[in-house]
Amino acid sequence: MTDNTNIPDQLALALLSRQIRAEIIETSYKSEAMHLGGCLSCVDILVALYFGCMSVHPEDAGWPDRDRFILSKGHAALALYTVLAHRGFYPCEQIDTFNKDRSQYTEHPVWKNIPGIDATSGSLGHGLGIGSGMALAAKISGKPYRTFVLMSDGECDEGSVWESALFAPAHNLGNLVVIIDYNKWQACGRSNEIMNLSPLMQKFSAFGWTAYEVDGHNIGAMMTLFRSVLPSQERPVAIIAHTLKGRGVSFMEDDNNWHYRIPTADEVQKAHQELGFP
Amino acid sequence: MRDTFSSELTNLAGSDPRIVLLMADIGNHMFDRFKELYPTRFFNCGIAESNMISVAAGLAMSGFRPFVYTFSAFDVGRPFEQIRVDLAFQNLPVVIIGLGGGLTYSPLGPTHYICEDLAITRALPNMTVICPADAVETRAAIKAALQKEGPVYIRIGKKNEPVIHQQLPDFVIGKGITIEEGTDICILGTGTIMPNVIAAAHLLREYGLKIRVVSYHTVKPLDTELLEAAFSDYLLVVTVEEHSLIGGLGSAVAEWISDQPLPQKGHLLRIGIPDEFLHYAINQKNAREAYALSPEKLAETIHKQYQKVHQYLH
Repeated sequence: MTDNTNIPDQLALALLSRQIRAEIIETSYKSEAMHLGGCLSCVDILVALYFGCMSVHPEDAGWPDRDRFILSKGHAALALYTVLAHRGFYPCEQIDTFNKDRSQYTEHPVWKNIPGIDATSGSLGHGLGIGSGMALAAKISGKPYRTFVLMSDGECDEGSVWESALFAPAHNLGNLVVIIDYNKWQACGRSNEIMNLSPLMQKFSAFGWTAYEVDGHNIGAMMTLFRSVLPSQERPVAIIAHTLKGRGVSFMEDDNNWHYRIPTADEVQKAHQELGFP
Repeated sequence: MRDTFSSELTNLAGSDPRIVLLMADIGNHMFDRFKELYPTRFFNCGIAESNMISVAAGLAMSGFRPFVYTFSAFDVGRPFEQIRVDLAFQNLPVVIIGLGGGLTYSPLGPTHYICEDLAITRALPNMTVICPADAVETRAAIKAALQKEGPVYIRIGKKNEPVIHQQLPDFVIGKGITIEEGTDICILGTGTIMPNVIAAAHLLREYGLKIRVVSYHTVKPLDTELLEAAFSDYLLVVTVEEHSLIGGLGSAVAEWISDQPLPQKGHLLRIGIPDEFLHYAINQKNAREAYALSPEKLAETIHKQYQKVHQYLH
């Protein structure tokens, strides 16, 4: 099920997360791309998945038995691109074209453009349905892979999310895992005020999911939890990952202006200093 | 047509293990045979069409060939954006079966009938749009759609539609089927209105007119070869559809004409549904009558236009 049987060094992964954050901030500056806050909130989740849990072959990205990953919160594409580069799917330099004219590295990811992107996303509320279809396909054909879907909390405003939330348990999709990057913000305000999201874990529980809460910045705890999901389970798994928008940089943390703001050269330098990557 | 869809898909599923059937909780017992034979490949997705389209996308991305089934008003009207992004943009081989496109469900009120489905689907890149005329064409269209590598929308009627083909015609996506030959007027009909079109052509014979009748089942891609011949061979070419005059077959043909480098000899008459909703209960036959789609009204409209064109030119 998973080919990295040894639990990786958590300190090394924490350091990698800091480096990835530094690179994301620099790319955001160079490419004038927004959505920095939501990228930084999910870096640790992505690192835990790709370095501590998911079974993938970067040199053979389309390997049919690979674990699937759908970035349903497609606006965090830059975070995913950077993590995939570090995981060996392609050289880090390729991300230099991010958001540039005719680049394959679009601000929301496009299926088949880049190795490792399992679905097109950007419009919210699609990933859980597509992931349910992939999980269903694995069940019909007896394949061992798991499907992971990463959603944002604001994304849970979409009605289609709850259609999928009703569908997956009805079809016993125990090979499906949704992780919610619960950073408590969406574009224009607090996610718990704009819509009545809270209590999110209980909502998924009530819908028939095995639901957990976890610190979305504790890579070790997330690796342990993600690894505990076996495709033979009956119930799909929902993991509410509590995170901070803009995590890792003091002047970005929990400041929703960084949903749209693009850092200045000075801010990039300050952020890099804080992260230890001058 | 719906029973034909069910029986044909059940047949095909026997030899093609990639076929899966998703429906949104309509047609109780309609798929019993499919369920009995292939229980792991049948899914009632509930009254949740948006999720159904995304699930179909996920299955197609994993090598399956999903067919999704519900009312046209709900599987095109409701989850448009899922169709656009998940199916059309990703160019996935998913077949959307739209039950009762057009006025079929006009008795159920404005929520259940749809005359905009061809316009909606036709505008999407990668999408193929087919309106079979009868059960025979439905059977052929399903087989042909299975060979496509991208998304296909097939608009069908309901049940007991008159059959216009005695045997399975040579059905090719994007190629109209000539039902009757004639030299004065060419009528291109699409979908379940075809029996009325054929009846209208027979009425027009009483005026001494010879009518070519084509089942123009594929609205996208257009059979441009047929259009080129029709507009050079006939003074009048008529499109007939149970669809809004905005965006359907008539619009597609009008677009084609305006894209031609030189004026066409033939004039185009578009017959379809005006830009309005029905606000009262009315059955399909009477709704067709009200919109001048009955054989008599079709013949009258076409004859009048033919006379005008003829007078203008002579």
